[in-house]
Amino acid sequence: MRAPDPNTSMDGVIAAASRVILGKDHQLRLALACLLARGHLLIEDLPGVGKTTLAHVLAQLLGLNFQRIQFTSDMLPADILGVSIYDRDSSAFNFHPGPIFAQVVLADEINRATPKTQSALLEAMEERQVTAEGQTRPLPAPFFVIATQNPQYQIGTFPLPESQLDRFLMRIELGYPDRAAERELLAGADRREVLAGMAPCLSPAELLAHQESVRRVHVSDALIDYVQALVAHTRESADWQAGLSPRAALALLASARAWAWLADRDHVLPEDIQAILPGVAGHRLRPAGDAPATGSVARLIEAVPIP
Amino acid sequence: MAKARSPALSPVQAWWLIATGIAVAAPLVPHIPPWLTIAAGLALLWRTALAWQRKPLPPRWLLVLLVAAGCAGVLWQFRTLFGQNPGVALLILLLALKYLEARTIRDGLAVVFLAFFLALAQFFYSQVIPAAIASTLGVLVATATLLALADPRDPPLATLRRAGVMLLQALPLMLLLFVLFPRVQGPLWALPRDANSARTGLSDTMAPGSISELSQSDAIAFRARFPDGVPPQRQLYWRGPVLSDFDGRAWRPLGEKPQPRLPYTEPDAGGIDYEIIIEPHNRHWLFALELPGATTAAMLATHDYQLLATEPLATRRRLAMRSYPAFHAGSDEDATVRRRAMFLPEGSNPRIRALAAQWRAQARNDDDVLLAAQTFFLRQRLLYTLMPPLLGEQTADEFLFDTKQGFCEHFANAFAVAMRTAGIPARVVTGYQGGELNPVDGWLTVRQYDAHAWTEVWLPGRGWLRIDPTAISAPTRIDLNLAAAVPASDPLPLLMRVDLAWLRDIRFRWDAVTNAWNQWVLGYSPARQRDLLRRLGMREPDWRSMTATLAVLAGLALLALTAWTLRQRRRRDPVLALWERFSHRLGRRGLARRPDEGPHDYAARIATALPQAAADMRAIADLYARLRYGPATTGVGTGLDELRRRMASFAP
Repeated sequence: MRAPDPNTSMDGVIAAASRVILGKDHQLRLALACLLARGHLLIEDLPGVGKTTLAHVLAQLLGLNFQRIQFTSDMLPADILGVSIYDRDSSAFNFHPGPIFAQVVLADEINRATPKTQSALLEAMEERQVTAEGQTRPLPAPFFVIATQNPQYQIGTFPLPESQLDRFLMRIELGYPDRAAERELLAGADRREVLAGMAPCLSPAELLAHQESVRRVHVSDALIDYVQALVAHTRESADWQAGLSPRAALALLASARAWAWLADRDHVLPEDIQAILPGVAGHRLRPAGDAPATGSVARLIEAVPIP
Repeated sequence: MAKARSPALSPVQAWWLIATGIAVAAPLVPHIPPWLTIAAGLALLWRTALAWQRKPLPPRWLLVLLVAAGCAGVLWQFRTLFGQNPGVALLILLLALKYLEARTIRDGLAVVFLAFFLALAQFFYSQVIPAAIASTLGVLVATATLLALADPRDPPLATLRRAGVMLLQALPLMLLLFVLFPRVQGPLWALPRDANSARTGLSDTMAPGSISELSQSDAIAFRARFPDGVPPQRQLYWRGPVLSDFDGRAWRPLGEKPQPRLPYTEPDAGGIDYEIIIEPHNRHWLFALELPGATTAAMLATHDYQLLATEPLATRRRLAMRSYPAFHAGSDEDATVRRRAMFLPEGSNPRIRALAAQWRAQARNDDDVLLAAQTFFLRQRLLYTLMPPLLGEQTADEFLFDTKQGFCEHFANAFAVAMRTAGIPARVVTGYQGGELNPVDGWLTVRQYDAHAWTEVWLPGRGWLRIDPTAISAPTRIDLNLAAAVPASDPLPLLMRVDLAWLRDIRFRWDAVTNAWNQWVLGYSPARQRDLLRRLGMREPDWRSMTATLAVLAGLALLALTAWTLRQRRRRDPVLALWERFSHRLGRRGLARRPDEGPHDYAARIATALPQAAADMRAIADLYARLRYGPATTGVGTGLDELRRRMASFAP
């Protein structure tokens, strides 16, 4: 069994974060699991439900440096990656790193940018490095992108294509806070002040170590059977246009490991898969025909018995 | 609660449905009125166009109108809505119109089930191999459509292939049902008008021209198999209707009541055993080599040695026969019969009458007269042809002295008349002569163009003797076949053309396949079924024991399948087996694990339901989860024992 301290520190992160993001423990936990699984997170929801705050809180509590990029339709790739500017003193071009050179990057309203700019970000996310002017520069570690996206029926957006959605390990929705949480928010102190007064619970090195131990969480054959059964069901059923890819299956396992680690377990249970399944599979499955999109993952869980 | 709506058809599914409709309805086109074909085609085209342009389907009131119009059309065509033809026409009409309102998967399923029925409807008209192939294709497409309705994402070829595999998988069950399902005697769809349509074949009167008509037909009359080798061609006289009454132009049978016993005693030796399969011809006649031996219970014999069935042959019939080629009967023939066999109308054929008087004057006995007549026939150089000139009143005279060209009925007619004028009892026998041996399966096929007529004369002390006057003038007809005997310019059926060797080869093979199909598939009658089952060891195979066996075997097959599936599931670790048994135990209290419920979720639910046992339950679930999902180092052996112990002591 593992020593309890990393875990308590993660619990501390969640406890602290939930003082700012009220009543969203599950989403916080998913976001942390995503980070621990070295994935990137897409938050999709209406404006004003706390997407940006969530990103802020995570960066602050984990002691990571934070950059925020507000995407707009006139944004260019160089605005994210950085640009070389001629320096008269040294008579040379100096590279000025863009906002992406940070440990936590909040890509706010990513679907407002043009596909060209989007893909610059997504490539950097995938490769964890930036190539500009013939030179490859690694991005800091840990590197965690939280992108937010407004629902696509909002005017003036460029929805991310499926292939790019796949770059995000998870997609979560925050949703409106419940009545009690909203009341606390309205009546209580300004969240920004609370946030500013927070001390980091973790150092970046510790986080990297945690990421490493997440990878060692045991996955049994029986569990792989379950993942395969789920994936096979999405491929055979007529409910979806296409089934889950092997990459999606890997994402399921990675996320479930992180989830199990957060629950202080050294092995993954079917419940872990079920817990992260909506976040991991939701944006990768497009319903076929006019089947409703909502609840399609819940139906998937119900349809596949645990072997 | 809102009514659950079936999902809409996707364009791919609509295409599949259209393909199914075409596949099952196309073979029925020759059997339905042309206007219906056009109407159904238009409906399909319309649906296709709508599917193509993704436009909405026509409104309901229009469909109601169309259905009413179609039904009126069927009613007008057939004067009724009931029966086979109007039924099939209605089915096709409704299928075509159903397309125009097929919006959802559920409608699609209705179309497919209708299509399955239509695929079967072909067999009301014809049960030959091509019909079976067409029907199978229809079923294949319909099955593929069912698959596409369930999941339209596969490419068409893959769907078709999967449907084919599924049909192949159904094959054992189909064979089981075919062999064991109690057979019904007679045609499945015993509807009037169906079986009694005209068929080519011999008739019970013979006038000049009546047999040469048959020479243009290559339809099969019957097939025969000789286990001990086929007798020489010249012995293959297949006896059919015997015609003794002559009115100056046409020959008719005496029409006496047939008896269940042969009018003669069978000889002890010289019998040939063979098997014969007669195609249905809606007459009582059976065909047998001259002269046939003992009849079975279902056969009768006429006084003039023709075998008859007790019922008209409406279906293909298989019979075991024995004949005595060297045997002559009737030396003690009735005087009345002999007198009737010498009757000629007044003033009939004066020229041959004068000639016969001459023969009689010069002859010492009947044998001499017979010889003189045969010599005369030979000297006249009569030409055997399929296209003889038309004859007037005195058919025998004109044939023998004027036209000198004729087909077998001219020869038989003239010879019988000549014999009667000379005072020798004579009659005409019709039937078939020869046949073609199929080298592929060893069956002798006798076709309508093998139809023949010959004569029989009665000599005192010897009985009835066969004289074939055609053989005198055209011996090749008897030794070989029709094609060898007639002039090369005569029109022959395609199948008789000797110069097309490859065609004959194909025909032989196809014939053999058809024959096997007839015997083993279509000819699988109640009697054959009983035989087979008896041979398989069933003592008294009636429909009850057959149904019971069928149920038992089908049940066994299902059991085997279930056992196999279960076995597949049983190959798993003992931890899971314990867990499932445990869940099953709790299931008796209504707390069974849902299939998609993980151990901790389950434990949480049980803990809420049975608070007193919450701690135990959590411990069990934890242990189970660790054993099943944890790293192998946890120690499965001891852990398993502990799990078993905890589960046994779990008493909520």
